Amino acid sequence: MISPDVILFVAFALIAVVSAINVVVQTHPISSALSLVGVMGSLAILYLLLGAEFIAAAQVIVYAGAVMVLFVFVIMLLNAGTEVRTGRSFMAQLLGVPLLVALLGLVAYFVQRIYSPRETVHFGGFTGGSAQDIGHALFTTYLLPFEVTSVLILIAILGAVVLARKEMD
Amino acid sequence: MTAVPISWYLTLSAVLFVLGVAGFLFRRNIITVFMSIELMLNAVNLSFVTFAYHNKDVSGHLFTFFVMVVAAAEAAVGLAIILTVYKNRSTLNIDEVNSMKN
Repeated sequence: MISPDVILFVAFALIAVVSAINVVVQTHPISSALSLVGVMGSLAILYLLLGAEFIAAAQVIVYAGAVMVLFVFVIMLLNAGTEVRTGRSFMAQLLGVPLLVALLGLVAYFVQRIYSPRETVHFGGFTGGSAQDIGHALFTTYLLPFEVTSVLILIAILGAVVLARKEMD
Repeated sequence: MTAVPISWYLTLSAVLFVLGVAGFLFRRNIITVFMSIELMLNAVNLSFVTFAYHNKDVSGHLFTFFVMVVAAAEAAVGLAIILTVYKNRSTLNIDEVNSMKN
């Protein structure tokens, strides 16, 4: 008997991995962007399975909503077409593949060693991820980082406006 | 099989991160390279949420929240930089944007 937890995890993990591969292999940026939306949507489902309901909602609203709309907007604005392969940076491809496979193998090996198969994830096993709990932690323990974040966003807005403005000379 | 081991979530996170690095290394379009960075950030977020579940502590969610905020700010500034690069050089290929190399 396979539980719904396992079915949901396997289904959305597969969607996430296939979409992520699609992000890398598609040659047109708009195809990559839409595949990335697929990754973010399936990650939101996985967050729900892990009991992070607020983060799942924020993932859909902030990432799949705001950030990806910004990406698609810039792709359309710049009329970006299929990318041209220039054949430079050959070393990155030569060294990159074996190093990436080694990285993935090492991480997977240590994860399997550190966490035994008995430590499992049940839906409903952790209920501390509601908006109330997040808000409480945000305004007590993490108050200073929260305030610094507002300054960061202000600087980012100013930077974006300065960079994107018309040259006046 | 009644529950998913926690290592599956962490392995999925590692797979997504490696795919993000692969896109960063192998793609030549500056917008796609930027999207690969977002993919890496998402993979790390999944690790944070998994550790929050494992430790039964909400702090992991807070870190994910801050990563999201920084990613949004980064997307705004990064895409503005991409617009400026395109305005000055009329190309999106990162091999053509190499004036700091020589």
